[in-house]
Amino acid sequence: MSPAPGGTGAAPVLLQGRGIGKTYATPVLAGVDFELRAGEVLALTGENGAGKSTLSKIVAGLVQATTGSMTLAGQPFAPASRKDAEKLGVRMVMQELSLVPTLSVAENLLLGRLPHRLGFIRGDALNEAAARQMALIGLDDVDPRLPVSALGVGYQQMVEIARSLVGDCRLLILDEPTATLTTREIAHLFEQIALLKARGVAVVYISHRLDELGQVADRVMVLRDGRHIDTRPMRALTQADIVRSMVGRDVHEGLDRERRPRGLPLLRVKHLTRGNVVRDVSFDLHAGEVMGLAGLVGSGRTELLRLIYGADRKDSGSLQGSEPRTELVMKSPMQAVRKGIGLVTEDRKTQGLLLSQSIRVNATLANLKAVSRRGWLRRREERAEVDRLRDLLRVRCDSIEQPVAELSGGNQQKVVFARWLHRDCEVLLLDEPTRGVDIGARADIYGQLDRLAAAGKALLMVSSDLRELMSQCDRIGVMSAGRLVRIFERGEWSEQLLLEAAFSAYTAAEKKAPQEQLA
Amino acid sequence: MTSSKPLTTRAALTSAIGTVAGLMAALALMIGFFSWQSEYFFTADTFITIANDIPATAVTAVGMTFVLIIAGIDLSVGSTMALAAAVAGIAMLQWHWSLLPATLLAMATGVGVGAINGAVTVAWRLPSFIVTLGMLEMARGAAYLATDSRTQYIGGKIDWLGKPIVLGLSPQFFIAIVLVALAQVVLTRTVFGRSMVGIGTNEEAMRLAGVDPRPIKVAVFALAGLLAGLGGVFLSSRLEAADPNAGTGAELVVIASVVIGGTSLMGGRGSVASTFFGVLVISVLEAGLAQIGASEPTKRIITGFVIILAVVLDTLRERRKRKA
Repeated sequence: MSPAPGGTGAAPVLLQGRGIGKTYATPVLAGVDFELRAGEVLALTGENGAGKSTLSKIVAGLVQATTGSMTLAGQPFAPASRKDAEKLGVRMVMQELSLVPTLSVAENLLLGRLPHRLGFIRGDALNEAAARQMALIGLDDVDPRLPVSALGVGYQQMVEIARSLVGDCRLLILDEPTATLTTREIAHLFEQIALLKARGVAVVYISHRLDELGQVADRVMVLRDGRHIDTRPMRALTQADIVRSMVGRDVHEGLDRERRPRGLPLLRVKHLTRGNVVRDVSFDLHAGEVMGLAGLVGSGRTELLRLIYGADRKDSGSLQGSEPRTELVMKSPMQAVRKGIGLVTEDRKTQGLLLSQSIRVNATLANLKAVSRRGWLRRREERAEVDRLRDLLRVRCDSIEQPVAELSGGNQQKVVFARWLHRDCEVLLLDEPTRGVDIGARADIYGQLDRLAAAGKALLMVSSDLRELMSQCDRIGVMSAGRLVRIFERGEWSEQLLLEAAFSAYTAAEKKAPQEQLA
Repeated sequence: MTSSKPLTTRAALTSAIGTVAGLMAALALMIGFFSWQSEYFFTADTFITIANDIPATAVTAVGMTFVLIIAGIDLSVGSTMALAAAVAGIAMLQWHWSLLPATLLAMATGVGVGAINGAVTVAWRLPSFIVTLGMLEMARGAAYLATDSRTQYIGGKIDWLGKPIVLGLSPQFFIAIVLVALAQVVLTRTVFGRSMVGIGTNEEAMRLAGVDPRPIKVAVFALAGLLAGLGGVFLSSRLEAADPNAGTGAELVVIASVVIGGTSLMGGRGSVASTFFGVLVISVLEAGLAQIGASEPTKRIITGFVIILAVVLDTLRERRKRKA
């Protein structure tokens, strides 16, 4: 994809903002100036809580700025609602999908504008219109009559994007659009963005994935703590430059770390099998090591963790603890936790946290015994303990009584960590522990991994971010189509080798891996 | 470390006071209105009557609060009241048991009914709405069987619970007050209470944190049954009889009281103390409407209106709090 000349000033200015600010209880955005030209892609990036979402929501009419003003194609632009903005051709695709899973793809695409006669839906017209819409973004391999729930998350995201392109679209805001997309779908999306650019549509592209920005963005705008730090043409920037302006300091990548000293095995996995999702997986996990699990989405990584944790039932195979020949019976998470195993779930909002409850309640959940006597809670002890964990993990919050729903993703994840630190697990299973976590919080979490490993704990971490695995782990196991195909030692791996291993079980039968993605 | 404490207390206090203050304001308003409308309303007699009328509903509502907090519902409490009262009646009339063991037997009956509700709900992962709807019928049927479909007159053996002892107030009033206070402490200060709130907020997250929700859910339903059983005895001490029709529709009054008290039907949020005020709101309203001579249909329409109004106000308050 060749960078379009959008940023160089040939095209007219479409959207201009001056001194945009937003204050809730505290200012989250202050005096931001920006300019967006027709046919250019502006990447908006920054740590969680930097103000990216707030700024884009102001443009999309979801929230209103406290200060400053905007113009759209020279006209004053102050959308009072999402509908207002959409009428003027300003659309936003949110991170959380807003599709109705039980309705068909076509019905979702045309929701609110369903073609009908006397109230009866005209199925043929509906499906035709939907097919036209989907062809626009190269979604021609999906049957518009399928219910949305039958599609993978990646396809659902594409349907969401297709829906926002209905009608006249001048400005499209994409909020982390590739978080759930497969490599093929990402390529599709970028092609579609190129098409939109050619039609003169301006795109605001919000993403954590810096490697993508080079492929898609013309200019990069970095926010930090609600302030505009820098906007520069992508061509003049390296990823390191962007990270530096996001964080304001250099982030230690740890790519050159030494291998951690490895102790005795704490967990031996033997021939673990569940259907064809996890097939005959065996490995040992040692005290003091961080072992990574790489693989495509759907390769069985999450499922393997859930089997070990007892959240799902295994068909065959066994687990052993540090003592040989004694089987660990793990029929439920309760048993796993009792035996010193913890799980940081993939989706912290639905499986990890009690969102409406306080940091304090969430942090002590797995070990209420430690803060109670005979069933009665010791509130002072609990508070002191959670205060300690908050300081240790550097959770940014008003107080430990704040509901976790109000925290940023990174701080929420720290609360999940606090829970397992409080439980003092011997073995910690981590499923995508840094997904949606900003760079600063990520470094804090990595620090905790180091601390736990140094304390002789065994850590098993699933991640779709290969750089993360390569920088943090001592060994990386690669799963492919349910099998653990290879375990690399530090020093043996390269991105190329890991990728090849991840694809190895699929290459013969590519069709069987629709979710293919080194996510 | 020091920064969190003042905020803690203040935030928790504002939230608790918010609901209770709102309910007290509503109560004051109603009392003012009825006193203005009827010269007989603002008298000790009225309040003593109300106080001696509410214990059955109040103790049952305590159990219901717990059930709602774990995101369940128990429609069987009205029938459980009748069944437990019938069992207590038989124990006293036919087996010549005294009041205390008969009451304990009634509570055990309630525990049995509740435990079945809980166990079936948990074992087959069914909605408690359906399970307890079935139990509503079964327990009612059992109450008819036990009483031979007739009101069994018990008389003086049971009326002690409902007779005034101090200031015109009956033992059952004091028992109800103690239970409300105790339940509030259990909810806020025990591992069991914390677990209930957690299950109501996100059951899967609790399970994955290593807390088994199943025994806790069964215990909550059993507790709701136990308290409904006690409520049934309270009810029959007022009637001095075991009536197989007693407590018909009581589940709805109980649920309404709990919800007026600000407990969420979605689970995870609730307070026993404010449930008690919810019970008061409904009983003051009914007593007041009766005093100013409102007809039965008018009473029902107004009561229904107040239930909806209370929930609307509470929802608006919650939303505003979340925005702030």
